[in-house]
Amino acid sequence: MSDQTLQPSVADALAIGYRKRNLKRFLLVCVAATVLFCTVVIDVITGPADLSFLRTIHVIFDPSVASSKESVIIWDLRLPVALLAVVVGAMLGAAGAEMQTILNNPLADPFTLGLSSAASFGAALAIVLGWSVIPGVGSLFVTVNAFIVAMGTSLTLFAFTRLRGVSPEAMILVGIAMLFTFNALLSFLQYGASEIQLAQLVFWQMGSLARATWPKVGICLVVLLIVLPYFVRKTWALTALRMGEEKAAALGVNVSFLRLTVLAGVSLLAAVAVSFVGAIAFVGLVGPHIARMIVGEDQRGFLPFSALAGALILSGTSIASKAITPGIVYPIGMITSLIGIPFFIVLIMGQRKRHWQ
Amino acid sequence: MSGLTVKNLNFSYGSHHILKDVAFDTLQKGQLTALIGPNAAGKSTLFKCIAGLNTSRDSSVTLNDTDLSTLSGQERLRRVCFMPQFFAANAALTVFDVVMMAQKQLRGWRVSDDDTKAVARALDAGGIGHLAEAYVGELSGGQAQMVSVVQALVRQSEAYLFDEPTSALDLRHQLQVLSRIREAIKNRDAIGMVALHDLNLAAHFADHLILIGKGEILAQGRPDEVLRDPKIAEIYGVDIELSTGPREDLLVHAYAS
Repeated sequence: MSDQTLQPSVADALAIGYRKRNLKRFLLVCVAATVLFCTVVIDVITGPADLSFLRTIHVIFDPSVASSKESVIIWDLRLPVALLAVVVGAMLGAAGAEMQTILNNPLADPFTLGLSSAASFGAALAIVLGWSVIPGVGSLFVTVNAFIVAMGTSLTLFAFTRLRGVSPEAMILVGIAMLFTFNALLSFLQYGASEIQLAQLVFWQMGSLARATWPKVGICLVVLLIVLPYFVRKTWALTALRMGEEKAAALGVNVSFLRLTVLAGVSLLAAVAVSFVGAIAFVGLVGPHIARMIVGEDQRGFLPFSALAGALILSGTSIASKAITPGIVYPIGMITSLIGIPFFIVLIMGQRKRHWQ
Repeated sequence: MSGLTVKNLNFSYGSHHILKDVAFDTLQKGQLTALIGPNAAGKSTLFKCIAGLNTSRDSSVTLNDTDLSTLSGQERLRRVCFMPQFFAANAALTVFDVVMMAQKQLRGWRVSDDDTKAVARALDAGGIGHLAEAYVGELSGGQAQMVSVVQALVRQSEAYLFDEPTSALDLRHQLQVLSRIREAIKNRDAIGMVALHDLNLAAHFADHLILIGKGEILAQGRPDEVLRDPKIAEIYGVDIELSTGPREDLLVHAYAS
């Protein structure tokens, strides 16, 4: 390639075009973050008790101005719920984005590999049989069971892929086997459960933010802050993986190692999320698709936008679950799809190119 | 000694030997070598062994006085740029994005101004500036191949290995891509290897030919020497005649035997 025969004007125009697109992508991420901030505030003011938008923002930024009633409603009741929605949504969005990337499959989500049925089974063990996988965790035993069984499933998958080679096909097939295994085991437990236990189990699976507490928000945030930096560090490798394994390998990506480590991160994110709020798969599937359509698949935009899209969906869900019928908080698992799908369909109809033909 | 030297290179998948004691004369800087041979002769495997993507024990690959086995996989791939044959992508990535990916070589997060300029120049010089904002999934096979070549040439490596860079291209672009590759190798004083199926292209563009068949090096040398070697007809299973073309160039004619 001659470094002499270039026409600076054309190259300059190309460089300017690229910088513009980068800037646009950055602005889109900023817009999404701003919208997310607004939905969090709306989430806090939605529900019984009259709170105004500006007053709420004021209290959030300066807790000392709150009356004791405001303080309890905003800081103790509403904010943990609103923030758990954001953090869990971001976890699922980021996990889904990388799951789709490493499996090279648009239908993958954090639960593709059977994680959510494993978590449900773990919860069922606690609810129906009263078993705690780790004794002495007290009232958290449903959550802990769900987490342990989900992580155990990932580890099994890990072991399988170590033995049989790390191809997306092998991972998906083993994942499907896990899914059916845990669904069958779950049915067993359901069959033998009492009506009350069954109701509890169904509610758990439908997902809920109502059990949100500050420590839960904190744990989720810590997990997110542990896993995300790794994904960020691997940003070019993950982008390269979308060009096919061979191409990525030629650029120096250790494809098997990348798949396994990212899978570990995704599993951790998904297992923590699902054990706290229940099985809400839709966010991890659709969040990344929304990101892909809006900012493309350069991971520098794709990863943050997927997390933001996930957070936005779940935050919107949290608002809707309270707003549909005043006084009733619907399970979020039901609402996520209803909120996300219309937006998703609009995007599908409007985009210029399908990237997964 | 500068240049690329390969000695004692063996490679097998399980019990199936792909490469047997491959060795060739030191390839000189600034020269383009064409690797020719029938399908499944081991051309891609040889490239991958040189690039370190396939590991072969006891072999010695030396590039400009550095024993490549002493380098980490990533460092080796920075010095030896390997362009694989296949390019399958249907991602929401533009041509500019994927060339940037090659320019960045997995380093850092930020794209510097120099990175952006280098990519823009490479796209322009590669004649695909008009495709910069196209999504990779929208490209034709030929366009994708040209993007692949630009992805390779944007990198500053000491050796470049192109696996069949012209297989999907029409006549004009075959000539255009090979001229660019030859020019880049000369300008950068780098070592260039191209796996080619078309012997006329090999005769026309390469300074040096290596004939490989069934995992062994059968002949090497100047194009006219190698093309006159009787082994070439034997390994391809065809009759080969040579003639001088209207521009005093060597033409290769193949007939079914």
